[in-house]
Amino acid sequence: MSWLPIALVAVPLLGALAAFVPAVRDSAVAWGIAVSAAVLVLAVALAAVFDYARPAEMQLQTDQPWIPGLGLRFHLGVDGVSLPLVVLTALLTFLCFVHLAGHPPEGGRTGGLVVTLLVLEVGMLGTFLALDLLLFFVFFEVVLVPMYFVIALWGGAGRRQAAVKFILYTLLGSAVLLIGLLVVWTQAGTLDMVALAGRHGSGIARSAQILAFLAIGLGLAVKTPMWPLHTWLPDAHTEAPTVGSVLLAGVLLKMGSYGFARIAIPVLPEGAAALAPWLGAFAVAGIAYGSLACLAQRDLKRMIAYSSVGHMGFVLLGFASLTPVGLNGALFANVAHGLITGLLFFLAGAVKERYGTADMVRLGGGMLRRLPYVGSLLTFACVASLGLPGLAGFWGEMLALLGAYRPAAALSRPLFLVFMAVGGLGTVLTAAYFLLMLSRVTHGRAVETVSPAGPPEPAASLEPAAPLEPLPLEPALPLEPAASLEPVPLEPVRPGATGAAGAAVGAAVGVGTREGAEPGRGRRPFRDATAHELAAWLPLVALIVLFGLWPKALLAVTTPAVQSLLGSGVAP
Amino acid sequence: MTGGGVIQSIDYAAVAAPLVLALVAGLVLLLDAFLPARPGGARLLGLVTLGGLMAALSVVAVQAASGGTRRTFCVPASLGGASAPGQAATGQAATGRAVAASCSFVADRFSLVIAAVVLAAGVIVVLLSMTEIATSRDAGPDDRGRIPAGEWYFLLLATLTGAVLLPASRDLIMLVVSLELVSLPVFALTALRRHDCRAAEAALKLFLVSVVSTAITLFGVSLLYGVTGSVHLDRIDAALRTSDGMTGGTAGATAGDMARVTVVAIVLVAAGFAFKIAAVPFHFWAGDVYQGAPVPVAALLSVVSKASGFAGLILLLTYALPGKAAVWAPGVAVVAALTMTAGNVLAMRQRAAVRLLAWSSVAQSGYILAPLAVYAVAPRAAVGASVAYLVFYAAMNLIAFSVVLLVARLPEGQDLEAYRGLALRSPAAGLSLAFALVCLAGLPPGLAGLFAKIVVFRAVVDGGLGWLALVMAANTVAGLYYYISWTARLFAPPAAGESRTVSARAAAGVAVAVTVAVTVVFSVAPQVVLSVSG
Repeated sequence: MSWLPIALVAVPLLGALAAFVPAVRDSAVAWGIAVSAAVLVLAVALAAVFDYARPAEMQLQTDQPWIPGLGLRFHLGVDGVSLPLVVLTALLTFLCFVHLAGHPPEGGRTGGLVVTLLVLEVGMLGTFLALDLLLFFVFFEVVLVPMYFVIALWGGAGRRQAAVKFILYTLLGSAVLLIGLLVVWTQAGTLDMVALAGRHGSGIARSAQILAFLAIGLGLAVKTPMWPLHTWLPDAHTEAPTVGSVLLAGVLLKMGSYGFARIAIPVLPEGAAALAPWLGAFAVAGIAYGSLACLAQRDLKRMIAYSSVGHMGFVLLGFASLTPVGLNGALFANVAHGLITGLLFFLAGAVKERYGTADMVRLGGGMLRRLPYVGSLLTFACVASLGLPGLAGFWGEMLALLGAYRPAAALSRPLFLVFMAVGGLGTVLTAAYFLLMLSRVTHGRAVETVSPAGPPEPAASLEPAAPLEPLPLEPALPLEPAASLEPVPLEPVRPGATGAAGAAVGAAVGVGTREGAEPGRGRRPFRDATAHELAAWLPLVALIVLFGLWPKALLAVTTPAVQSLLGSGVAP
Repeated sequence: MTGGGVIQSIDYAAVAAPLVLALVAGLVLLLDAFLPARPGGARLLGLVTLGGLMAALSVVAVQAASGGTRRTFCVPASLGGASAPGQAATGQAATGRAVAASCSFVADRFSLVIAAVVLAAGVIVVLLSMTEIATSRDAGPDDRGRIPAGEWYFLLLATLTGAVLLPASRDLIMLVVSLELVSLPVFALTALRRHDCRAAEAALKLFLVSVVSTAITLFGVSLLYGVTGSVHLDRIDAALRTSDGMTGGTAGATAGDMARVTVVAIVLVAAGFAFKIAAVPFHFWAGDVYQGAPVPVAALLSVVSKASGFAGLILLLTYALPGKAAVWAPGVAVVAALTMTAGNVLAMRQRAAVRLLAWSSVAQSGYILAPLAVYAVAPRAAVGASVAYLVFYAAMNLIAFSVVLLVARLPEGQDLEAYRGLALRSPAAGLSLAFALVCLAGLPPGLAGLFAKIVVFRAVVDGGLGWLALVMAANTVAGLYYYISWTARLFAPPAAGESRTVSARAAAGVAVAVTVAVTVVFSVAPQVVLSVSG
C-alpha cells in the first residue's frame, strides 16, 4: 500500500473541488498552477522512489475494495510502462497552467477552465495508474466530459460541432471498450490487470480472445486514433483552445495506445496474434493517410492534428509487431509524440494568437525574422516531429519500423515487410510536409500576406491553389491581426513585465521584432515569446533533446516491462 | 401466521406500510374537509402527507432491518388450486413449491426494496407538490388553475399505497388491483389543475391507454387462470411446470393447445404491463401525458408508476412464468432494444424539457428491461441488475424533475432555451441539473449512472446477448447526444437580457438537495444499491 498513487489522483480532484470556493476562484490560475505543481512534484517523487532495478514489476501498489458487487477494486500501481506517461501527464498539465497564466482564456470564466483541467488531470493520471479493468474504464471515461467542455466553451468558431463530434465518437469507442472488458471479465473471472497479464491469456478461449481484442481494440482505436476512426480528431484539435489541444494530443491519445500495451496485448495474446495483421494494416494506412492529408492542409493546427494520425500510426505499427522492440518503439514514440506535439500545439496556439489565423497561406512567410523565438522553436519542433536523428521523434519510429522488420514468429513476415516499407515511405512524406510547411511559414520574406501586386512566393507556388486563394480576403486583412490581438499590448513587451514565471526566462524575452512590420502599411508589431510561453515551452524542448540524445533513459525503464508484458513465449 | 382453517389470520405487521399510507390518506381527506380554510392549510396537509410517508418508510426500514420474509393472506396447500389440471394428475408432491401455503402478500427483500424506492420517490414528489400547489395559489386571484390540496394529497397517497402493495402481491388478482390503485388516481392528479386544456387532454389520453392496457392484462390473466387453475404466482409456476412435464408423455392435442394458450396469455399480460412502463410499441402516450401533466405528476409517472410497472412485470415473469423464460426472454430482449432506440431517437428532437425527459425515460426503460432478457441464464443477476438500475434511475431522474419544476415556473420555462446559462444565473440549480444529466447519460462525474450502465452491461454480456450489448452501446451514444447538448446549454452564456434566477422555493429546493445528496452517495458508494438489489 502506497499513498503516492492515491495522492496523484486525489490532489487534483480536491483541487478541483476547492476551486469552487469563492476565495480560491478569484485567483483560479494561481491555484491551478499550485495544484498542478504539487501533482508534478508527486509524480517526480513517484519517479524517484520507483525501483529501477525491477521496472517490470508493479510497484507502489494500493489495492482496496471499492464496489464488491461489481468486483471493482481501487487498485493503483505503476511500472515501467506507465511511469513515463504519469510524469508526462503531470508535466504537460502543469505547463498548460503556466501557459494559462499568461493567456487567460478567450471565453472568460477562467475559474471554470481551471476546474475542468484539474478534473481532466484526475482522469488522465487515473487511467495510467489503474490496475483494475473497470477502474481503468471509469478513469478512461472521466476525461470525456471535461474535454467536451474545454472544446465547447473555450474553443474556436466551430466549437459546438467539434465538441459534440469528439464526445460522441469517443463515447462510442468507450462503450465498445466496456463490452470487450466485460467479455474478458466473464471469461477470466477477474478484473485484476496484473493477474490477467500474468496469465498471458490462459483461461480465455481463443474465439473469446479474438472477440474481446476486437471490441477492446476498436474502443481504444477510436481514442488513439487509428485510421479510419480518426475523423473526430482534426476538428477537435482545430477548435480546441491551446491548452485543450496540448492535452488532447499530448495525453488523451496516449490513453488509447496505453490501453493496447496494458490490456489488449498482454491479456489477450492469442487475440492479438490473430488481429495484429489488421492492426498493422490500419496503422500503416493511417501513416500514409495522415501524411498525405497533412500535405493538403492549409490550417496549421489542422495539419498538426493530421500529423498526429500519422505518428500514432507508428505507435500502432509498433504494437502490431508484437515484439519487445516494436512495443518499446511504440511506447517511446508515445512519449516523444506527447512532448513534441504538445510543443507544436503550444506554438501553433501562439502563432494563431498573434496572427489571428492559423491559415498557412495567410500567415505568409518570414516568421523567423518577425518572431525569431517562436519561429525557431516551431522549426525545432517540426524537425523533431519529422524524426531527425538526435531528437526524441527519431527513436520511436525507428524502433517501430525495426519491429515490423522482424515481427513476432506467429505473424507473416512478408506482410510486415510491406508494412515497414509503407511506414518508411510515410516518414519521407512526414519530412516532406513539415519542410514544406516550414518553407511556407518560417522562411521566405516577411510578408504578412500575399499582396496581389507582389511576386508569388516560391514556397506557396508549390500548391497551385495557394496564391489565388487569399485574394478575396485581401481587403479585410490589415484589420485582422489588430482585431484579434485586442488583449495584447500593442507595444513590444519589455522583459520582466509579465514575469511571474521565472526571471531567468524573462531575460530572454522581449526581443519583439519590428522588422516584420513594414513601415507605411499600418501593421502592428508582433510580440515574440513571452516569459509564460517560454516557461511552458522550454522544458519540452529540453526533454525532446534529452530523449533524443539519450534514449536509454526511457528505454531502460520500458524494456523489462515490455518483455514481461509479452511473456516469455515471445523471444526478443 | 397462517390460520389452520378457512379463516385467514392477518399479520398486521407485514401490511403495516400500505396500511399506514391508507390511513394517512383518509386522515388527509378528513383534515381537508374539517379544517378551516386558512392560507397555511395546504402546507399543513403536505406536511401530514410527508409525515405519513416517513412513517411508512420507517416501517419498511424496520422490516428490512429485522430481516426474514413476512407473509400474510395465505391459503393453505389443501385449499384452492386443486383443480389445476396438471396438479391433480401428478399430485402436489410433484413440486416442492406447491406443498407450502401460497400467500397473496409477501414482504420479502424484493418488495421491500421497491417499496422503499417508491416511498422515497413519494417524499420527493410531495415536496415538489408543495411548491406546485403554492405556485398555483399565487397564480391567480380566483379559482382558475388552482389545485385543491386535500384531493391532491389524498390521490397521491392512494397511488403510493398501490405502489407499495404491488411489489408484495403474489397473486394475479392482488397484482391487478394494486396496479389499478396505482393508475386510477394518476388520471385525476393529471387533470386536477382545472381550466388547463393540455392537462385535460393528457388525463384523457392516460385514461384511455390505461384502461385498454388493463383490459388486455385482465384478458391475459383470465387465460392464465384458465390454463393453470390458480391465481397464486407460485402455483401458476408449479402448474405450468407439471403440464410441461406431461407434454412429453401423454402428449395429445390438448397439451399442445394449452401451451399455445399459455404463450398468448404471456404476451397479453406482458403487453398490459408494457403500457405502464411505456415500452415499445406501447410508448406513444408518454410524450403528451408527461408534458400535459403538472411536473410533480410527470415525476410520479416516470418514477413511481414506472417502478410499480416494472415490479409487476418482474413478479409475473420471474415468479409465475420462470419456466417459460425461453418463450418470453427473446421477446423481452427485442422490446428492450426497440424501447431504448425509440426513446432516444424521439428525445433527440425535443424542444420542451419535460417532453425530452419523457422520451429519455422511455429509453431508460429499455435499459431496465434489458437484463431480464438473460433471465434464463442467470436469474439472480438479471433481476438484481434490473432493480439496481431502477434505483439509480429513480434518484437521477428525480433531480432532473425537481430542477425542471423550478425552471418551469418562469414564463416560457418549459422550453429548453430557458435553461441557457442556468449554471451561471443559478449555480446550485444549474450544477444539480448538469449532474443529473451526465448521470443519466452515464458519464463521470455522474458515476451513479456509469455504474448503473456497467451493471446492466455486465448482466447482458454475461448472459451472452452480445447483440443487445451492442445495441445498448449505440444507444448510450445516442442518449448522450441530447443529454450533453442540454448540459452544454446550462453553461452557455445566457441570452442578452436574460438574468432571471430560479427562486429555490423551500420545498422544491429541499427536494433538489436531497436527490443530489442521494445520487452523490450512490456515485461514491454504489455498493449501497448493489447489496440491497443483488
